[in-house]
Amino acid sequence: MSLLKIDGLEANYGPVTALRGISIEVPEGGIVTLLGANGAGKSTTLKCISGVVKPRGGTIEWKGDKILNRSPNWITRAGIAQVPEGRRIFKDLSVSENLMMGAYTRSDRGQIRSDEERVFELFPRLKERSKQLGGSLSGGEQQMLAIGRGLMARPTLLLLDEPSLGLAPLLVKDIFETLLKLNQEWGLALLVVEQNVTMALKVSQFGYVMQLGQVMVSGPSAELRNDAKVLESYMGVAQ
Amino acid sequence: MLGQQILSGLATGSLYALTAIAVVVVFRNTRTINLAQGDFAMIGAFLGIVFLKDWGLNYYVTILLVVACCIVLGFGVERIIMRPIANSDWLTLFTTTIGIYYILHGVAGLFWGRDTKAFPLTFDPTPVDILGAVISQGHLYNMGWALAIGAVLYAFFNFTKQGVAMRALTDDPEAAYMMGIPVRFIVLLTWGLAGFIAGFVGILIAPIIYVSPEMMDEVLVKGYVAAVFGGLYSIQGAVIGALLIGVAENLAGGYIGSHVKTATAFVMIVVLLAFRPQGLIGIQKRREI
Ligand SMILES: Nc1ncnc2c1ncn2[C@@H]1O[C@H](COP(=O)(O)OP(=O)(O)O)[C@@H](O)[C@H]1O
Ligand SMILES: [Mg+2]
Repeated sequence: MSLLKIDGLEANYGPVTALRGISIEVPEGGIVTLLGANGAGKSTTLKCISGVVKPRGGTIEWKGDKILNRSPNWITRAGIAQVPEGRRIFKDLSVSENLMMGAYTRSDRGQIRSDEERVFELFPRLKERSKQLGGSLSGGEQQMLAIGRGLMARPTLLLLDEPSLGLAPLLVKDIFETLLKLNQEWGLALLVVEQNVTMALKVSQFGYVMQLGQVMVSGPSAELRNDAKVLESYMGVAQ
Repeated sequence: MLGQQILSGLATGSLYALTAIAVVVVFRNTRTINLAQGDFAMIGAFLGIVFLKDWGLNYYVTILLVVACCIVLGFGVERIIMRPIANSDWLTLFTTTIGIYYILHGVAGLFWGRDTKAFPLTFDPTPVDILGAVISQGHLYNMGWALAIGAVLYAFFNFTKQGVAMRALTDDPEAAYMMGIPVRFIVLLTWGLAGFIAGFVGILIAPIIYVSPEMMDEVLVKGYVAAVFGGLYSIQGAVIGALLIGVAENLAGGYIGSHVKTATAFVMIVVLLAFRPQGLIGIQKRREI
């Protein structure tokens, strides 16, 4: 059974249609990547899953239950956390407070504390800076914090929206290594939106390529990698 | 004389500060300039008279009840009036609070009349001597309460999940929503917090200025001016502004003449905005993003 199953999802922002019936699946413990040019509808897809955007049609099933009109609060409790595009760190909150906000939906205090320790083990730099304001961190550190904040919800599935965007190549490598670690050691399923096609297809098992609100190509990442030309044609199409 | 003016200025200033904090917190989480903040306190003061005089309740029980009632008032205003229009532009929100202001004035006038009422004295009126400065016990008492409430607010904003979430909402409401933070509930709490503060302000200020539907008009405006000192954003800025206003107007009243006392706050804000408009504009820009 797949963990997350999206079928015929449609969404619009007023007159702008963003999704025209897309279907995506994420298996338990899998890494799935969502590729496509700017404006393809990748972020909208993630926002529909996390409940931030209300879809117009289609279904989203989480562990077999329909979750289409649930609130982000409910969905976070159910085990889906989001690492938003552009990190969206709370700039005037300390690193620790940012992590605390990731765990807002939980009330198991002891567990929250040990999860924070776990995040600090994963990202020792965050521990060094735990009292600093989120806004004072570097781009790479902010991305670590955004991921850490997502982890604090104790998700089964983590949605990541362009986690490598704007980072130096070395940091990009770190982020993808972290994603592998989260998948293999923490047992998390990941749905990763990326512009970095090469890296995304390297770490994922399955990929979807979107254009103008539709899924154009999908398949095992290993196969998509061999189809570089086709991929690039979709990635190149702007808006 | 000088020390005395400063001390009693700080005492009044600390009540402006509480009002200013409430104005700031509501504004930065809901884009609402809440003109009714003073009237929450006014209702609290009238209720204080009811509980204390008419029902003969104990002073501390009265404080508890008044604060509880004002919290409920804050909740009610959010839930019934502000929530349905929460996505409107700031002018609509502001105008609505003008409406609430007049409604609360009217309600108070209806139930308790338009005349000023004396609030039962809640402290020993004999002045005390502190390091040569003579100050009324009421002022001392109010400063003590204001400090205690300030400490409670500090703890709330820094050590509780809901308080930190309130700040997170100020920072990035959409990101907060994505984290599963129940944004509407936090906004409700924000208005409840405004009521909490107003309850204390009402009961603390009542023995000093007499109780009437208009009693808080001037305090609110000064609280608002103080909030502008903090760019309607910074609590520290608002508190500093409020204390400065309290002291400055007392000094102006004492050394220049009582007729300039009220104008002091406005002179200060005009000067501030003339010399430091960039701070204010910077923060307004930030709000628009
Ligand atoms: N808040 C919004 N309001 C209006 N249109 C939007 C909004 N967010 C996204 N869109 C539009 O929806 C489409 C899909 O956007 P998005 O999901 O952000 O794409 P991607 O993440 O793939 O770049 C685009 O045409 C974009 O302009
Ligand atoms: Mg996007």
